[in-house]
Amino acid sequence: MSGDSALERLKREGRIVVVGASLAGLRAAETMREKGFAGSLTMIGDEPYEPYDRPPLSKQVLLGKATADRTALPRRRDIDAKWRLGVPATGLDMTARRVKLADGDEVEYDRLLIATGVRARPWPNEEEAALEGVFTLRTRDDGAALERRLAAGPRRVLVIGAGFTGSEIASACRERDLPVTVAERGAGPLVGALGGVIGEVAAGMHRDNGVDLRTGVMVTGLEGDSSGQVRAAHLSDGSLVEADVVIVSLGAQRNTDWLAGSGLGAGPRGIACDAGCRAFNIWGIVTDDVFVAGDVARSPHALFGYQFLSLEHWGNAVAQAETAAHNMLSEGVDRRPHVWIPAFWSSQFGVNIKSVGVPSMGNEILITQGSRDERRFVGVYGYQGRVIGAVTFDQCRWLDFYEQQIEHTAPFPLPFTTVDRRSEGNKPLDADFPDPSVPTHGPTITLSGYSPADRQMTFTPAHN
Amino acid sequence: MTEGILRQILDYSSRANPYPLYEELRKTPVFHDGDGPYVVSTYHEIKSLLHDPRISSDSRNLATVGDLLGEGDGEEATALPPSFLKLDPPDHDRLRRMTNRPFGPPHSPHRVHDMRGELGGIVTGLIDTISEQGDPGRIDLVEEFSYPFPVTVICRLLGVPSEDESRFHVWADTLAASLDPDPDADPAERVKKTQDARMELGMYLAGLIEERRKNPTGDMLSELATGQGPDGAMSTMEVLSTSALLLIAGHETTVNLITNGMLTLLRHPEVLDRLRTDPALSVPIVEELLRYEPPVQLVPQRTPLADIEMGGVTIPKGASLWLILASGNRDPQRFKDPDRFDPDRPDVQHLGLGSGIHSCFGAPLARLEAALALSELARRLENPRLLEDPPPYRQNAVLRGPRHLPIACDSILPA
Repeated sequence: MSGDSALERLKREGRIVVVGASLAGLRAAETMREKGFAGSLTMIGDEPYEPYDRPPLSKQVLLGKATADRTALPRRRDIDAKWRLGVPATGLDMTARRVKLADGDEVEYDRLLIATGVRARPWPNEEEAALEGVFTLRTRDDGAALERRLAAGPRRVLVIGAGFTGSEIASACRERDLPVTVAERGAGPLVGALGGVIGEVAAGMHRDNGVDLRTGVMVTGLEGDSSGQVRAAHLSDGSLVEADVVIVSLGAQRNTDWLAGSGLGAGPRGIACDAGCRAFNIWGIVTDDVFVAGDVARSPHALFGYQFLSLEHWGNAVAQAETAAHNMLSEGVDRRPHVWIPAFWSSQFGVNIKSVGVPSMGNEILITQGSRDERRFVGVYGYQGRVIGAVTFDQCRWLDFYEQQIEHTAPFPLPFTTVDRRSEGNKPLDADFPDPSVPTHGPTITLSGYSPADRQMTFTPAHN
Repeated sequence: MTEGILRQILDYSSRANPYPLYEELRKTPVFHDGDGPYVVSTYHEIKSLLHDPRISSDSRNLATVGDLLGEGDGEEATALPPSFLKLDPPDHDRLRRMTNRPFGPPHSPHRVHDMRGELGGIVTGLIDTISEQGDPGRIDLVEEFSYPFPVTVICRLLGVPSEDESRFHVWADTLAASLDPDPDADPAERVKKTQDARMELGMYLAGLIEERRKNPTGDMLSELATGQGPDGAMSTMEVLSTSALLLIAGHETTVNLITNGMLTLLRHPEVLDRLRTDPALSVPIVEELLRYEPPVQLVPQRTPLADIEMGGVTIPKGASLWLILASGNRDPQRFKDPDRFDPDRPDVQHLGLGSGIHSCFGAPLARLEAALALSELARRLENPRLLEDPPPYRQNAVLRGPRHLPIACDSILPA
């Protein structure tokens, strides 16, 4: 062992910068300190707050059961960082190893971690988006502002987009006994992430809870009154929905704009990196000092055909941050891959929804336990004869088993009987994912790469 | 050494320290000997089977009934329907869900939390009684503390009127004794006593349920008897078998958790010292205890619905399957230095409360009871010490714990 390698110097007196004072950024910083990093640590965040937890924003916060300013993330340990909060990063100079900040400052690094995450996709018409009463929900401020409006008792709420966030918002509105309309461009709620078979179950949940659910329609325009307050929305089927609160819930955009021109392999789908969280430059060459973690990263996963996956999942942000932090302080064979099995959860209309694997890669679904009618079931997704994903509605204690099946590339359909297999569970169904050429609210998993073994790229819509 | 290893585990002489036998067993993660059960002893394999939807808890799926344990649970004796512990989905899910409504989140997030003061009062009362009527030079912690505590708690939880608590204790004692085969007792007489107790308890509970249906009082029994969730209401028989389950499972395990806990603390006086000044340490102590000395050592009533391949062995459909939780908890493949009692362990995802759909229903209550009990004992007993090590154990290899725990202390501090 060399007495004073570059790595040891880095650990002792290096400069590490984390852009993104978020869940991933915080967990990475904690991991680095845990692993003995004693140098200077700078945390840069565009919001004025220390890292906070987002899942409650669309649930407990909207119900008024928790307040948005009380969702700060618990700390695993002291990280002794220099915080640059409320100042967005605006650029990256990889040659000089500097991050440029909006206030004109520049911060030098020896190793950089980018964890800038995603932001809510805004309503495309800026004028309409600026109307009073039009919201998106991503940040703590969004959550607080929306909760205030819901507490004031609007006459009707319109949610545009029935993905997970949109559905959770609709659920919270109904729990507050507010009239709510949901407009979804796809055939049903959650279809982008879980397909039409499950979308149908989700649609039933909306309707049984009194949501005015409109599917297969687009909102073509928002209308305000003379004071600039939103008043109504026009739908593509010619109908008009009068609403004084409109929540735009059309998925997320990755925060990579600030990296334009930096030479980093960053774009609208995120920042490409290897399985060890090292970012690629635009030539596809791996960098050795720029790392990425969380929603903004897209990395290849061996279990899913080396697809580049970007995951908007809480657990992924934590696991990827820990791996990135480990690799930032390691060299060569000591580095380890991030091979997390995608997993997410949601809570809506009193139902706990959890999923593992990549359901949206599957084309068939088999209900292995429970029943869709009762909204308590396990659905297993198959892809080319193997198990690729699973979803549970109020049955999450079985999920470990299905995660194992995915890890072991078990055959699909599963050949055995289970303790609770009803008649509907004997035959796989077409999972009914929408044609990828028709946009819906985005799934929380984006597939964006191809196997190195693929000789050509072809576009294969799910339905002819 | 694997020859007859199950017999050795079940043999009373191994009761005080079965862990070397478990270590031996782990060399064959899926062990099968002749026509005995398939025994799984390693952490990851147990965990995976606990989540495996091919594994049934319903004894009707068992092809061969192994008699190695030599005891029935007596449920058949009173023709009660099986409790959800011994059912599969969807019946299990429905009953557990209905039972959970009045017990825990999301519908009753405060039930256990709100009992904290009451539990503290019971603990204080029991220690006061020892102080006033007992002899600090010789306390049987089981008889005087860790046994009466959980029974009293279950009475309060269910809503057994305090004037009936003493009768209830007697039935509970008898039923608990039936789970603890005593080789010296006359088996016929035991069976009769157990059946009588079960019958009397059943009649008593049925009467109470009837009463609560008319005048609900907000306790668990009232809620179970009158609960109107999306699943409808429980039948009287279902309320009976559910409350019997809560009664037995609710204290047979906690008594051992507390007793094993105090025994372990007395063997680790440095930890006991820390607990004395820092009651909050009781939370990680209880968690580590559930790993290190779990009250439920093994789960002997599972059966595969299909052949399952594991560790190079095919566990056939209908076979009797034993999951040795306590062995998995000491699997060095999962826990670093597993034989060390270390309440500061950062990663303690043990199997002490099971896992999967049958994971311990009463876990939040058990944790709270044990934490309160141990921290108060640590605080009030001055210079406590073991009078016998190992103490005499109960016969039972499944619900393992000392029958008596004779301890002494210099004095008992006021509450």
